[in-house]
Amino acid sequence: MHASVRSAVSVNITPPVTVPSSREPQAPLVMRMTIGKVNFFYGTKQVLFDVNLNIASNKVTSLIGPSGCGKSTLLRTLNRMHETVRSSRLEGEILIDNENILSQDVTALRRRVGMVFQRPNPFPKSIFENVAYGLRINGTKGSIADAVEKSLRHSALWDEVKDQLHKSAYELSGGQQQRLCIARALAVEPEVLLLDEPCSALDPISTAKIEELLVSLKDLCTIAIVTHNMQQAARVSDFTAFLLTGQLIEFSPTPQLFTTPSDARTEAYITGRFG
Amino acid sequence: MSNRLRWRKFVSHFMLTMTGLCAFVAVAVLFFILGYLVYHGGTSVNWNFFTKLPAPVGEVGGGMANAIVGSAKLLLLACLLGVPIGFIGAIYLAEFSGGTVAFVVRYAADLLNGVPSIVIGIFAYSLVVLPFKHFSTLAGGFALGLMMIPITLRSTEEFLRAVPRALREGAMALGASKWKTISSVVVPAAYRGILTAVLLSFARVAGETAPLLFTAFGNRFWSPGWEQPIASLPVMIFTYAIAPYDDWHRQAWAAGLVLLGLILVINIIARVILSRGVAVPRT
Amino acid sequence: MATSTTTVPSAGPVSASRSFVSRLRDGDEIARLITFLFAGSVVLITLLLVYELWQGSYLPRHKFGFAFFVTSVWDPIFDHFGALPFIYGTLVTSIVSLLIAVPLGIGAAIFLAELAPARVSDTLQFFIDLLAAVPSVIYGLLGVFIVIPLMREYIQPALKNTLGFLPFFQGPAYGVGFLTAGIVLAIMVIPYIISVSREVLLSVPRDQREAALALGSTRWESTWKVVLPFARTGIMGSIFLALARALGETMAVTMVIGNTPTISASLFSPGYSIAAVIANEFTEATGDLYLQSLIELGLVLFILTFLLNGLARLLIVVTSQRGSGMGQA
Repeated sequence: MHASVRSAVSVNITPPVTVPSSREPQAPLVMRMTIGKVNFFYGTKQVLFDVNLNIASNKVTSLIGPSGCGKSTLLRTLNRMHETVRSSRLEGEILIDNENILSQDVTALRRRVGMVFQRPNPFPKSIFENVAYGLRINGTKGSIADAVEKSLRHSALWDEVKDQLHKSAYELSGGQQQRLCIARALAVEPEVLLLDEPCSALDPISTAKIEELLVSLKDLCTIAIVTHNMQQAARVSDFTAFLLTGQLIEFSPTPQLFTTPSDARTEAYITGRFG
Repeated sequence: MSNRLRWRKFVSHFMLTMTGLCAFVAVAVLFFILGYLVYHGGTSVNWNFFTKLPAPVGEVGGGMANAIVGSAKLLLLACLLGVPIGFIGAIYLAEFSGGTVAFVVRYAADLLNGVPSIVIGIFAYSLVVLPFKHFSTLAGGFALGLMMIPITLRSTEEFLRAVPRALREGAMALGASKWKTISSVVVPAAYRGILTAVLLSFARVAGETAPLLFTAFGNRFWSPGWEQPIASLPVMIFTYAIAPYDDWHRQAWAAGLVLLGLILVINIIARVILSRGVAVPRT
Repeated sequence: MATSTTTVPSAGPVSASRSFVSRLRDGDEIARLITFLFAGSVVLITLLLVYELWQGSYLPRHKFGFAFFVTSVWDPIFDHFGALPFIYGTLVTSIVSLLIAVPLGIGAAIFLAELAPARVSDTLQFFIDLLAAVPSVIYGLLGVFIVIPLMREYIQPALKNTLGFLPFFQGPAYGVGFLTAGIVLAIMVIPYIISVSREVLLSVPRDQREAALALGSTRWESTWKVVLPFARTGIMGSIFLALARALGETMAVTMVIGNTPTISASLFSPGYSIAAVIANEFTEATGDLYLQSLIELGLVLFILTFLLNGLARLLIVVTSQRGSGMGQA
């Protein structure tokens, strides 16, 4: 019974990321961000318990887990977005390139750590102005138009919108709007890009386009993605962290987590026994 | 931190402080108004003010007893006109009507609500003063009542609509007719909101001056019955404030204090009633 | 087996299948009729109002036609009536009031919607609602005894000394005038701008603000460059609403404007507004043409406020729909 479930697992969720063979030399992993002993509270209610996690440079790390497990909360601490909620309190250490994010200026931090949200949220401006927003407030040297084009190319949207840059962003489809939001975030050249269930409001075709995109963006920046879709995590990410009721249960390279999870709870989740 | 970032953060703090200042100024005005009224009029709000008639022009002393009673009579008439039409009309809108009729009625009510009060005065003049050939309490009450209608109508409708379907269906399932359901279940459930609506519209017209200028007009004595011109607090304040007599100015402040005090108290009571929640049966 | 000739009522929903007779018996039909009559009376009253204004201004409409709106003569003795000074006064005082009230009001609304914690915001809004309930004549009272002396002694001279080269700030400082009326009006309409703008700002979806912050905006930048533009239609609506209120304001204006039908570039000049002239001269109007000219002014005021209110409502509705229609996949 147990064996058949296991084989069902390996049939259903075979990640395309190949397990590195021992013959190929591995590039040493640099940790772009480090999360150390993080406890998080909304008022008196604790939602994250002693989380320790590393986000590797130029890799995709995904956070999975059932609803309410704290994965989005954890993601939002990485660019201090939790501070928009008055009652939130963070304890512990979060480092980017070994500097504590809490001791930096938050505005400067958010330029280095960008975010794409669950529902596409373009500004009520033209496509061009949406992407240019970050560039304008930060004051870039060089041509804004070039930077906008570069971002739109990186997010695989350029060909679709190059002739209508001055149209309202709201005229785009949902999938296009989300890619626009990705372009907008990329325009300020962040070191880390956080994505909070970016495809949950989109159709399968748009989802597939964005997943392709994420894999190609690894070269540009470090990516952390929250997803409730396990297959998506298996498809796009190099490392996966499984959270349950605010605790980090398991954190391993993706193929390993999905084929040979070391914790029974992880296995229960990925085989669909709950979640 | 780069200079540009430093500048941006400075601008942010500065502008946000400015907005706080704006909010502070806006709220401070209220306290200024109250403060000045108390300061200038507090000592004049005395027994004489409430019980004496205005003294002959130029003489010191006297009070505003007739204006107080006058305002009361006018407001009574206003309620008799405004509340039933607003309340019962709202029942139609919330319980009986279809889309088009409801739209037209609401549109008319909103239109009426937006009419400047002086124009309401013109209307009341044409309709009541001209046929009777003189100013009267009736005309003034009519004008004020017109102004009460839209507020009462729209608010009552909202509160009736807010009563949950489950309540209505419960009554009807027991065999109650539509009217019985409305009168015994829906209206009692919405009574807090309706009361608030009536109180707020009452407070609004209690302070109105313009529509009374050529309907109720004014009176330096008592006004018996309903067909004579009649004094009212707001009009007295106006008349006294622009007159050249210091004693009248003093009395205008007192009247202002009494009028504003009454209006604010009613407003506060109405909002407190509302914040206690619309009555919903405990499950 | 006996065949029954009576029909059995169907078992459908209570209200739909009950026969007319049974509804009549229970009083539902009567209730519907009576409540309909009351609701209908509102429509009737409104129609009657428009009719009375129209009919009541028959004489000047036929005698002066459109010239009424561009003539600046107001001469009861020779029966020449022109509305221009009053239209001018109404517009000038309203514009001055908006110039003061809009920045202050939107600033306060930003504070209440974006910065203040919910409880503080609600408490302050409560006070602002009370401010909106203060009657016009009380503002007039303060206008006469506080604002006019202040203008005469301090503000008008100060403006003359600093900006006196502009035509707006020339002429003797009487204390009354367009500027004074504009200032008093500004205080009266600020609560409306604040209340509506605050609501509109609060309804801007959270993730707009968050997106701006996540791109490294300062709080002011996210408010000014993202939230406010998102809410701009609704805020325009609040301004139109305030304008409509300012146009129709009678008592406070008539107590501080000076009540002289003058057209002057100087804001220190005494003037007159449509509502003020109606308030002051209606009971003294001798002759039908005089009275009806005042009624025609009332008709003008009615039309202006009607259009503005309609536009305002439209704009506010458009914003709230936009907010909910956001981000559709």
